[in-house]
Amino acid sequence: MLTIQNLHAGVEGKKILNGINLDIKAGEIHAIMGPNGSGKSTLASVLAGRSDYEVLEGSVEFLGRDLLEMSPEQRAAEGLFLAFQYPVEIPGLNTINFIKTAVNEVRKYRGETPLDAVTFLKRMKEKMALVNIEQTLVSRALNEGFSGGEKKRNEIFQMAMLEPRLAILDETDSGLDIDAIRIVSNGVNKLRNKDNAVLVVTHYQRLLDYIVPDFVHVLYNGRIVKSGTKELALELEERGYDFIKNENTVEAA
Amino acid sequence: MNTIAYFKERFDQLQPHDDRGSLDKFREHAFQAFSTMGIPGSKHEEWKYTRIAGLFNKEFQLPADPLTGSITAADLDKLRLPGHEQANEMVFVNGFYSFALSRIRSKGVRVIALEEAAKNEFQDFVSKWLGDSGQYLKDGINALNTAFVYGAVFIHIARGQHIDHPLYIYHITDARSVNILSQPRSLMHVNEGAHVQVVESYATLGSNESFTNQVMEIVVESEARLEYYKIQNDGSNTNQVSTTHIRQIGKSFSHAVTISLNGGLVRNNMNVILDAKNCEAHLYGLYFQSGHSHIDNHTIVDNIKPNCLSNELYKGILNDQATGVFNGKIFVRQPAQKTNAYQSNKNILLSDTCSVNTKPQLEIFADDVKCTHGCTVGRLNEEGLFYLQSRGISEKTARNLLLSAYASDILEQVKPEALRGQVEKLISHRLEKDLS
Repeated sequence: MLTIQNLHAGVEGKKILNGINLDIKAGEIHAIMGPNGSGKSTLASVLAGRSDYEVLEGSVEFLGRDLLEMSPEQRAAEGLFLAFQYPVEIPGLNTINFIKTAVNEVRKYRGETPLDAVTFLKRMKEKMALVNIEQTLVSRALNEGFSGGEKKRNEIFQMAMLEPRLAILDETDSGLDIDAIRIVSNGVNKLRNKDNAVLVVTHYQRLLDYIVPDFVHVLYNGRIVKSGTKELALELEERGYDFIKNENTVEAA
Repeated sequence: MNTIAYFKERFDQLQPHDDRGSLDKFREHAFQAFSTMGIPGSKHEEWKYTRIAGLFNKEFQLPADPLTGSITAADLDKLRLPGHEQANEMVFVNGFYSFALSRIRSKGVRVIALEEAAKNEFQDFVSKWLGDSGQYLKDGINALNTAFVYGAVFIHIARGQHIDHPLYIYHITDARSVNILSQPRSLMHVNEGAHVQVVESYATLGSNESFTNQVMEIVVESEARLEYYKIQNDGSNTNQVSTTHIRQIGKSFSHAVTISLNGGLVRNNMNVILDAKNCEAHLYGLYFQSGHSHIDNHTIVDNIKPNCLSNELYKGILNDQATGVFNGKIFVRQPAQKTNAYQSNKNILLSDTCSVNTKPQLEIFADDVKCTHGCTVGRLNEEGLFYLQSRGISEKTARNLLLSAYASDILEQVKPEALRGQVEKLISHRLEKDLS
């Protein structure tokens, strides 16, 4: 589904990713872990098409097409979804109107007719129940004054409505208490199927107790320095990132 | 055009010399003031960024009566605001009130020629309050309007009446054959306990240039409630200085919204004088200018008496080569203790070639007051744009949504639904056009 080859990228003249290779297949859950500053969020941003990030080398193929050539909205319409680490507050923009616009713009891109009001509302109710989000929340302006947990639940709700093929969860657990992590993770798990995939970007192992990965990759200095199964996450939790740093310093020496 | 000489000639033609008119002395006095001050140039502190003196290098005709306009009912139909079927409609043509085209339907509203009002039961009121804005706007352009107070009206809102439908005031300038200077003038008295909604809109017919120099003065008594809306969406061949001067002389409520979507040059003076204890005033503005247009909002909130609350929020969107000015004065006089005064001006610049000058100006002489002010000038929120795009929304639609969202808290302040719908429609058309 997603094939990243030798990806080098940076922001504002500073190089952050130094040759990422990653292959994600339908039905898989991958986790990217790493210490602060290792490039986790940069990778998520580059994949979603944030314009201030510059790709210097390498390629990314998504569902057989060149992802890097696409605008952010094309990527979304092709089935890529980024759950933001810091969802943006937009006063004055009603959450439901926003989601309706998004759903219909994606449908337009795919040559489908816009959803009528009844179908849209029905789908919305279903998905709201699935991710445990209240009507009062989505009736408000987009993320305005939402708590950390509400913002993240709203991200998962948007994901549910857009039904992406690949969802990237960027530090979705940051700032959340255990209950909120559980609710958000339940939402993600319910949305899983054999045709879609999830890339979880996280600093801590705890989210992976709820969203159990098939593969864990450790990012350090802009490269994947270690890959393994979920046991690797547990090892990191126990030993900290220092052992990765040390191993890599030794390698370099 | 030698401005002062031209207006002197015009003044002598129009002004009766037998001193029979009830407003003659008033006009005479104003003309003297105009002769001394002239059209304000850029050296005038309040006109630094809005240049109007040069406009008078062109010939403008200052009509002598409304008939020169010859506006038909069919012309008017095209300019009517939604909800007009029920509304009270007041029509000024080239600055002269037309009783023929106007229709007052609501009980409690009386519209009388100002010249009449100045000699009947309203004489004392007129002589006391007509020209009140001149105390605050010490420039030749205000004096020029006063010097030519013809075809002006006095609007009386009766005590205790909650006027059931808004007053729509159309200012029509007929520039189909020549450049026209029109100078509408009105004085309104909102009596004790009365509630009224006023909507002013402006339209120029024809492609010649127009200059509208308008003054509306409103006196609000205790327990009264005034909602005032100014909708400006005229062509790029139009220039406008529009003054709204509200004096609250009893514990009362005012709510003023100025929406400026188009026009070649627009200067608004919005004055609210809080001249009684426990008054409340809300001032909102939204301007969205593109092309080479210029928008200037000068506001004054003068706290004279204690315990008043004022809240002011002006938001702007500028595009292309448009220029904007915001100047917000707040005075808190020494007796006006416990004043709460808030002011905010926010601007979004969509192009590299547009600009805005924004200036809060607070003069506080009382010590127990709460005043805040702030202004921002920035670009459209890039992070917000990316967020929307990342959900599959095209860049154009995303910009449109963000700008609509930005404007929404001002639009919410337009209380009459039909009018709000109309303004929302105008804005979405503009966004479609400007963002393509």
